[in-house]
Amino acid sequence: MTRITVTVDGTRYTDDVEPRTLLVQYLRDRLGKVGTVVGCDTGNCGACTVHLDGRSVKSCQLLAVQTDGHEVTTIEGLANGATLHPMQEAFRDCHALQCGFCTPGMIMQAVDLVTENPHPTEAEVREGLEGNLCRCTGYHNIVKAVQQGAGAMSGGQS
Amino acid sequence: MTVVDDRPATEVGSPRRRKEDARLIVGRTRWTDNLTLPGMLHLAMVRSPYAHARITSVDADAARQAPNVVAVLTGEDVKDIQGGLPCAWPITPDQKAPTHPSIAVDRVAFAGEIVAVVIARSPGEARDAAELVDVEYDELPAALELKAAAADQTLAHPDLGTNTSAVWTFDSGAAGTGGDVEAAISAARDGGIVIEREYRQQRLIPAFMEPRSFVCDPTGEQLTIWSSTQVPHFVRIFTAAVLGIPESKIRVIAPDVGGGFGGKLQFTPEEVITVLAARHTGKPCKYTETRSESLVSAHHGRDQWQKLTLAATADGHVTGLKVELLADMGAYLGLVTPGVPILGAFMFNAIYTFPAYHFTCRNVFTNKTWTDAYRGAGRPEATYAIERLMDELAVEVGVDPLEIRERNWIRHEQFPFTSVCGLEYDSGNYEAATARAKELFGYDDLRAEQARRRDAGDPVQLGIGVSTFTEMCGLAPSRVLGSLSYAAGGWEAASVRMLPTGKVEVVTGTSPHGQGHETAWSQIVADRLGVPFEDVEVLHGDTQVAHKGLDTYGSRSLVVGAEAVIRAADKVIEKARVVAAHLLEASVEDIDFANGSFTVRGTDSAKAMAEVVWAAFSAHNLPDGFEPNLDSEATFDPVSFSFPHGTHLCAMEVDTETGQTTMRKYVAVDDIGTIVNPLIVHGQVHGGIVQGVAQALWEEAVYDDAGTLVSGSLVDYTIPSSADTISLTVDQTTSPSTTNTLGTKGVGEAGAIASTPAVVNAIVDAVRHLGVNDIRMPCTPERVWTAIRGASGSGGQSTAAAASHLGAGVPNHDPDSGAATQGGAQ
Repeated sequence: MTRITVTVDGTRYTDDVEPRTLLVQYLRDRLGKVGTVVGCDTGNCGACTVHLDGRSVKSCQLLAVQTDGHEVTTIEGLANGATLHPMQEAFRDCHALQCGFCTPGMIMQAVDLVTENPHPTEAEVREGLEGNLCRCTGYHNIVKAVQQGAGAMSGGQS
Repeated sequence: MTVVDDRPATEVGSPRRRKEDARLIVGRTRWTDNLTLPGMLHLAMVRSPYAHARITSVDADAARQAPNVVAVLTGEDVKDIQGGLPCAWPITPDQKAPTHPSIAVDRVAFAGEIVAVVIARSPGEARDAAELVDVEYDELPAALELKAAAADQTLAHPDLGTNTSAVWTFDSGAAGTGGDVEAAISAARDGGIVIEREYRQQRLIPAFMEPRSFVCDPTGEQLTIWSSTQVPHFVRIFTAAVLGIPESKIRVIAPDVGGGFGGKLQFTPEEVITVLAARHTGKPCKYTETRSESLVSAHHGRDQWQKLTLAATADGHVTGLKVELLADMGAYLGLVTPGVPILGAFMFNAIYTFPAYHFTCRNVFTNKTWTDAYRGAGRPEATYAIERLMDELAVEVGVDPLEIRERNWIRHEQFPFTSVCGLEYDSGNYEAATARAKELFGYDDLRAEQARRRDAGDPVQLGIGVSTFTEMCGLAPSRVLGSLSYAAGGWEAASVRMLPTGKVEVVTGTSPHGQGHETAWSQIVADRLGVPFEDVEVLHGDTQVAHKGLDTYGSRSLVVGAEAVIRAADKVIEKARVVAAHLLEASVEDIDFANGSFTVRGTDSAKAMAEVVWAAFSAHNLPDGFEPNLDSEATFDPVSFSFPHGTHLCAMEVDTETGQTTMRKYVAVDDIGTIVNPLIVHGQVHGGIVQGVAQALWEEAVYDDAGTLVSGSLVDYTIPSSADTISLTVDQTTSPSTTNTLGTKGVGEAGAIASTPAVVNAIVDAVRHLGVNDIRMPCTPERVWTAIRGASGSGGQSTAAAASHLGAGVPNHDPDSGAATQGGAQ
């Protein structure tokens, strides 16, 4: 067991974890952060995407011990209280989700993409979401939502 | 203060943002794998690495000694209590099928079949211990390739004596619904046109995003099962039937379910094993599969060879169609495995007025994962075959592919139209959908560009693909299902409960997993009862709440399920009308109901629904003998199928030097009848189209020579990403269905049915002038390149194997140019 201290969605946690524990397992099984989900076992689907110190990571590709001393944000910590993040609002408004299983990872990746590139073209959005798979939407409305969310995010900052 | 009422005039037709999303976008979700119960134990499966083998021993001693392992169950341990997994659709009385154990006892029939289960205190400990289970196998020859299996070269189940499970035939001459197809073909061989082709429907994997998860809690009076299923009601019935547990002692809950596409229309070994483990240990047990397990053990779809003969007059009027299918069942028959090709049997004639039709399907066992429903189930296969053939016919006649379709399709004034299969198509307008699609596509301009690039010898050629599809939806009239030997009916149930505070609870027997029923049903009921959209709560997916239902698949939920909701709501209104008449001191006949208000005809006297509901609740002042209850139930059994249709147009660019294909434009104009929520409809069409495109371009479940699934992870089973796809142009024309109240037809499968042939037709169209008339799906760059090289005689490997049934000298068939390319393993 290894002791780690990690801040998740603004709360500081200290836990003893098996060194082999994946970050996503730690989030789900220890912290009850079940909004973050597991969709594959090869790092392809991106359903488990969270932010580590503000940048997107696939939480199935990190060990929990690697996040010791760092800050993790999950889909559950993205909204500001009852106020949705603009990207969450855009996903709802554009019907960018159906079953919703890929949605947490998709939104976290979209936020990261727009943080890096505030005004992405459609092609840049499509490239930027390549590591997040969705089986329901055909991506059409997801791409629209990310561009709408990008507009709202930059609007909110100006 | 000004109150702005921004509600739409009618909810039906309004692009309401979904109720479901409020939770899903913040991660407040109830996936089955999220559940944790006190003392919960976790399962790990031990699966066979061999496609076909005798189990000679299972040594689980080391696993039982591993840390925190509670128990290990083998086939030997449960053989007397596990029963056999059910098939609900014996398509013929003499259908052959092996017993299907949840845990294999003495023989495994596909790689991935479960041979033992480890039950431990954590998932990790269960998996570690599963590695310690030592299974000795005696490998047997495996039946893998479909055609070889059909010839009984190797038997998938030696005890059956054959690999053929059943042969099912429909003949329009024999049925009296059309002419004799052999006569039509003979006539066409003399001066007409005969097109003979063989197409491959490759094996696909539904690949829903949420891996399947099952929890069973045995600690209450009822056994409670949470399942990531499309069909909680089926799971309840079959758990009772297979394990001999009284149905009344079983509660099944489908909480949030992350997609299905037919892949969760199943009663699975994993469900049975989770129940067995919970009963064995007396503790709640959970099994959540890994993605790799999901790809190998959740059922697959498609996997057919289609041998096709189309007869036509010299000017391209089709006179007959003969379809001979080989369908790969895989190792076992799942819930509706044998019926999947039969669901396509009535759709090969599609939107056309063919006078003669014959269909035969041979269902064949192989030692591979079993197949079953996948989005469209039989109908995409049929649509692919006929829409590819119509393009071939257009080439023979020398006209545009849309022109050949128009010569053969049902004109709008011919509805209702009885097809050569005897199905009555109630409504449709193929001319209108096609005209709109051509307009949005810029059809004539793209054809002109295609001609320019062809003339210029552009290395990147442009192809235009057409798919004018229809499908039979709204599964299904119970009597029709009975006539096809399906075990269950096709009705749907609903109830509407009026709460004292004016809120409304709608209980539906459908089981949504992404389709947005909570939103759409709310819109429908809000209109019907004149209550706010926000005041309607839709409950589903728990057999203790929605005790009666037949769940969600086959584009049935809106057409059948919402019709039950409407009928239950109408019963509420009729009961409330009696109370309103009493309160208004008028006769029931004089009471009108509109916009949530009961009025006395010709007066200003009125009672709002909420007042009537309160009156019924308080029961202080009701008509004598009136039962104080407005709640109502309805069960709706459709009288016929619904027939959505549409015209899909696809432009593909093909690099003739590399075989690389790029989608340039995709236009879909669907006629799905009345639209309840255009936002949801567009989403369904987008997603369906991309799944169909994925079959055309990327996806295939590939087995090696040993019967191992080599596309067994998301690295190798290449479902499309955002970077692979383009934005789509989607629109609708509307000819309302005449067989339900709203005029709806269903939309869940439309895109997936229509898009596959549109894409392949476009690719073939781009390179047809180079001598190519078919490319096996998925049309990877390698296969496209090989087809071009093979056709031009300058290399690559083309083979006549895919057209092996065709004799030399058959009209319209040139073995050199007619050959499909043989791609990788199947």
